[in-house]
Amino acid sequence: MAMTPSRARGLLLTPAGLWYAALLLLPLAVVLIFSFGERSPIGGYAPGFTFAQYANLPARFAAFRNTLTLAPIGTLAALLIAYPLAYFLAVKVTPKWKTLLLVLVIVPFWTSILIRSYAWIFLLGGKGIPALLAHLGLEDIRLLNTPFAVLVGIVYGYLPLMVFPIYVALEKLDKRLLEASADLGTPPWRSFLQITLPLSMPGVLTGCMLVFILLMGEFLIPAILGGGKVFFVGNALVDLFLQSRNWAFGSAVAVALVVVMLVVVALYSRAVKRFGATRDDTGLM
Amino acid sequence: MLDALAATGKTMQQDQQMSNSPDKTIASDSVAEFIGTTKRFGSITAADGLSLRIRRGEFLSFLGPSGCGKTTALRMLAGFERPTEGDVLIDGSNVSGLPAHRRPVNMVFQHYALFPHMNVAQNVGYGLRQRRPRMPKAEIAQKVAKALGTVRLSDFSDRRIWELSGGQQQRVALARAIVNEPKILLLDEPMAALDAKLRGEMQRELLALQRSLGITFVLVTHDQEEALAMSDRICIMGNGRIAQVGTPGDLYDRPRSRYVADFVGKANILTAEIIETRDKLVTVRLRSGALVAVQQNPDDSRAQADIAIRPEALSLAAPDAPLPVATATLPARVTHRTFLGDHTEYLLEADDLGTLQVNVPQQAERVSGGHDVGARVHVLWPEGTGLVLAADD
Ligand SMILES: Nc1ncnc2c1ncn2[C@@H]1O[C@H](COP(=O)(O)OP(=O)(O)OP(=O)(O)O)[C@@H](O)[C@H]1O
Ligand SMILES: [Mg+2]
Repeated sequence: MAMTPSRARGLLLTPAGLWYAALLLLPLAVVLIFSFGERSPIGGYAPGFTFAQYANLPARFAAFRNTLTLAPIGTLAALLIAYPLAYFLAVKVTPKWKTLLLVLVIVPFWTSILIRSYAWIFLLGGKGIPALLAHLGLEDIRLLNTPFAVLVGIVYGYLPLMVFPIYVALEKLDKRLLEASADLGTPPWRSFLQITLPLSMPGVLTGCMLVFILLMGEFLIPAILGGGKVFFVGNALVDLFLQSRNWAFGSAVAVALVVVMLVVVALYSRAVKRFGATRDDTGLM
Repeated sequence: MLDALAATGKTMQQDQQMSNSPDKTIASDSVAEFIGTTKRFGSITAADGLSLRIRRGEFLSFLGPSGCGKTTALRMLAGFERPTEGDVLIDGSNVSGLPAHRRPVNMVFQHYALFPHMNVAQNVGYGLRQRRPRMPKAEIAQKVAKALGTVRLSDFSDRRIWELSGGQQQRVALARAIVNEPKILLLDEPMAALDAKLRGEMQRELLALQRSLGITFVLVTHDQEEALAMSDRICIMGNGRIAQVGTPGDLYDRPRSRYVADFVGKANILTAEIIETRDKLVTVRLRSGALVAVQQNPDDSRAQADIAIRPEALSLAAPDAPLPVATATLPARVTHRTFLGDHTEYLLEADDLGTLQVNVPQQAERVSGGHDVGARVHVLWPEGTGLVLAADD
């Protein structure tokens, strides 16, 4: 007997639906339930229904503050470094060198971020860059275990994730559009602002979203380069779940992080939409 | 004027003045000029010593097979390529070193190159928005509206580019260029992406536009019919060089070389021995021994040469028919016969000479009753038709 189309579609969607439920909704539900519970005396979770964990959130204010400042700043810094790099790779480099240089962008990924971050400990530590600066007469500059060190670490770690979407957007940009722009009387730098930049925006927005969301959950780099002084929400979670074994409070922090992230992403996409709309209404420049 | 190559050639607009040597016009009359312009890409010479004057207000086409350097010539006018040698003048001043954005010309690109992030009106106004000092917004809007009206797209100003058909996109590209009132409008195979019906329509529109705007149009095409139908003059290119410049009628009736005779229309090309020259007629002996009189090629003193004659300049007669005066006859056998409506195309094997093509108008065909395949006939060659070709370089 033939199935109705809607029933067939329902069946086809079942695996995806189950996957979604098992991997996303279920853990989220568990975390949500835990966040209203209590810490059991021996650590872990004891059932209950209380808002005490949420009331206690301000205790982790510093972690939220660090995350919410360093993640956007890190994203922006990565963008500012990645765009010229991607532009160079996509537009300026001859095809012969392109592949090699692209591989060089990926190569760091072949080693664990843990090891690469330790390398930065040396570079930013007393015998690294500060020693060099001392030679130049800039004594007593501390880099390691500062927000700056964490920033350097996250920009370094996430740069390829920013480079690639922008590279792809620039690579597929039709070069004839730039000729058309020049033909219509536009000098190169204005062609960049009016043609190249707006048409590479999808890549920029994808890269920023990707890096920002991953940064919000980052804990390894702050742990290594922040030296326990500059910690993210991720570090707070590691601490609460693995060290002090306060699962209930940890769950509340996790829920708060998810909520904050949802709000930021929603604001971001609204800003992006508005940007698109103004472009339509008034034209560029 | 004697139509040398085709006594019964199509009637073509023939400007007495224009059909004279095309490169000898006065300077103030020319809007652009190539002076010994050469462009090399590594070991490839894409344009080889071009010398050409483009007249103000004319419709000039660059015609030639793929890879002959047409686009390169156009791009040197636009400013996208810098000549390796020689110069490009626009309005009397040397622009060889001037970048594209500072040249008073605009281009319609083959695939239009419309800006996908702007709507139709924004695309059309793009060039005007680049003016410094800035042009007032109201003036831009008014000019854009006028240009869109010219290409009959007034109702489409808010459309996105991808919502348009190919023909509409092409008209946007056209409006985006003409709104700037360029000294020269450059068109690189603008019709190549359109289907045959739309192409004919666009050709007529383009021609009407050129007449009404009075802007000089320079078109690149490899479509011979397109060039013949639209151009005041055609510049035929081969191998990076200019083979011949002239009106469509010129090129058809007086091709200078075998290359041009072959490229424009169909021609029978035969090797012949030159016997004697009298007035402007040359008596030549064909390989079969037959003597025919053809038009002379000026400044030529070769003993052997190629001669060309159009298929419609020849006619056919039954072997027993009385021969007209002042006509050479070549005995031949019919091998193919194709009815093409207004004329019949015959392929013949001429004795000791090889294949000849003869086109017989339908009227003559009706009178004679036609000739069957295999029949013996006389090919009639009227005195003074056909001409001697220059050696190909
Ligand atoms: N940027 C370039 N680099 C190297 N060679 C080129 C370049 N542009 C053109 N050429 C070469 O120069 C020659 C002429 O090219 P051009 O594009 O002018 O030909 P065309 O007559 O426009 O041909 P088509 O009808 O195929 O467009 C070709 O052999 C082409 O390969
Ligand atoms: Mg071309």
